[in-house]
Amino acid sequence: MNRYIPATAEDRRRMLDFIGAGSVDDLFSGIPEQVRQKRPSDLPKTLSEPEMLRDLRTLSGKNLNADNAVCFLGAGVYDHFIPSVVDSMISRGEFTTSYTPYQPEVAQGTLQAIFQYQTMVCELTGMEISNASMYDGASAAAEAAVLAASATKKRTILCGRNVHPQTRETVRTYCWSRKLEYAELPAENGRIDRAALQKALDGGDVAALLVQSPNFFGNLESLQELADAVHEAKGLFLVATDLLALGTLEAPGKLGADIVVGDGQTAGNPMNFGGPAFGFIAVNKPLMRKMPGRICGQTTDSKGRRTFVLTLQAREQHIRREKATSNICSNQNLCIVAASVYLSLMGPQGLREIGDQILAKSAYAVQQLEKTGRFRRAFPGVPSFRDTALLCDETPADLNKRLLGAGIIGGFDLGNDHPELKNGWLLAVTESRTKEEIDRLVAVAGGDVL
Amino acid sequence: MARIPEDLRYTKDHEWIKIVDGTGVMGISDYAQHAMGDVVYVELPDIGRKVKAGEDFIVVESVKGANDVFSPVSGVVAEVNEELDGAPELLNQDPYSNWLVKMEVDDPSEADRLLDAAAYAELVEKLEAEEA
Repeated sequence: MNRYIPATAEDRRRMLDFIGAGSVDDLFSGIPEQVRQKRPSDLPKTLSEPEMLRDLRTLSGKNLNADNAVCFLGAGVYDHFIPSVVDSMISRGEFTTSYTPYQPEVAQGTLQAIFQYQTMVCELTGMEISNASMYDGASAAAEAAVLAASATKKRTILCGRNVHPQTRETVRTYCWSRKLEYAELPAENGRIDRAALQKALDGGDVAALLVQSPNFFGNLESLQELADAVHEAKGLFLVATDLLALGTLEAPGKLGADIVVGDGQTAGNPMNFGGPAFGFIAVNKPLMRKMPGRICGQTTDSKGRRTFVLTLQAREQHIRREKATSNICSNQNLCIVAASVYLSLMGPQGLREIGDQILAKSAYAVQQLEKTGRFRRAFPGVPSFRDTALLCDETPADLNKRLLGAGIIGGFDLGNDHPELKNGWLLAVTESRTKEEIDRLVAVAGGDVL
Repeated sequence: MARIPEDLRYTKDHEWIKIVDGTGVMGISDYAQHAMGDVVYVELPDIGRKVKAGEDFIVVESVKGANDVFSPVSGVVAEVNEELDGAPELLNQDPYSNWLVKMEVDDPSEADRLLDAAAYAELVEKLEAEEA
């Protein structure tokens, strides 16, 4: 009997007898002698279950996580508090085991969960229609860019250089494969440079402008002004944002957005080493038949009862084949159920309180760090949410090393993506951080350099 | 038996066209609308679009699926039936008075290669027999 493989010696014997082979080695007789490995493999010896568990625990202990260190790292993935009820709800077998519905009528519970998720995304983004989710924020933005090109029949996608670097990379890749032009706009004091935008728009053929708000630096863009400029040039306005932040900030749909996308990790999903979480995308009616992915709708059955269906499926590839608007035919169902539970638990007031805490704690942290004389804001006077870009008087690598020694995970080193920000350090302060933790950060970060 | 007006030309893919003085009016046949079931959306082409005979340029979406509609002849789209935007079910009610697009036809004689009502009736009869 083997510890980790269910087939017994008797099972193997019966299988070999059935196909008329004498031994497992006989199965490889078709492979010439001279290319066979003769010596035993270099794999370590079989471990007993307790030995294996000990090994794995040792390995996993090498990871630093937000439970045993204080996390000020964000830049796209954040340490928000997740109430225990979220995990408890999504651990139900009906949710854990179900895949995106392909025989939707029999999966009413799954469809209802999707419908509730879509409704909350619409309320937070201020848009009319949300799909059942995308893989992540970056691919949602890329799908939005492709959708905009198809809807406007224009070829150029403009993207702010203060959009998340991984989102930009994904959009650029999608554009390359669709033979669309991809161009980046510089930032002025951490926000879209209006003059550069106008110049790019005057160049013509702009299908869409993609901005992020709060952007990669945490800064809030003037969405309505940007929307007006791109609409004047007959392009679409694409906004990448954050569901949790939208509990506090005005909905992009009320500020001229044509497509709203983002990564949903902040709503009830753990950091998971950067994923999986989910992406969201929402549009208004004029674009609904071009939107990628699954859409759940509410209707009544033959007996007049409230019921749920997958709707507008003619967009999707199991019907349209190569003419489908996208090859996305799935969703991140378990992750959006977590988001639905989280968002309904918090409600509008809870989200607002989280936002207020983030704003207050961020302001306190930045103010205290500035007081040490070792930090200053990279973009003075610009409103930001959760992330704040700071400039340090030492390299972020050195700073983060000192912090780590004190059990603190420091901010994101902006040097690789934004060399123009010398010693740029992106500090994220979520509602989970306490005053005591912030004071410790300030004491170590502002303390003597060893 | 599906309705097949005498004065139209038909394709094997169940489109109809009528050309008068170089302008063609086209749509889908009664057989087609019946086979598709309830029509829920019609995606019409842009005015000015050039199409070749046999090219798909319209999508008729029904409860059963999305159906490509092919141009019976080559030409340029001159007008689209915007009434279908708000009332796609008109195609089920009468697919002949509710046309899809009007087009400037490159070569009206192209229509001679299409089926006349008698030949199309024969095709439909065969299909209906197969289905029954």
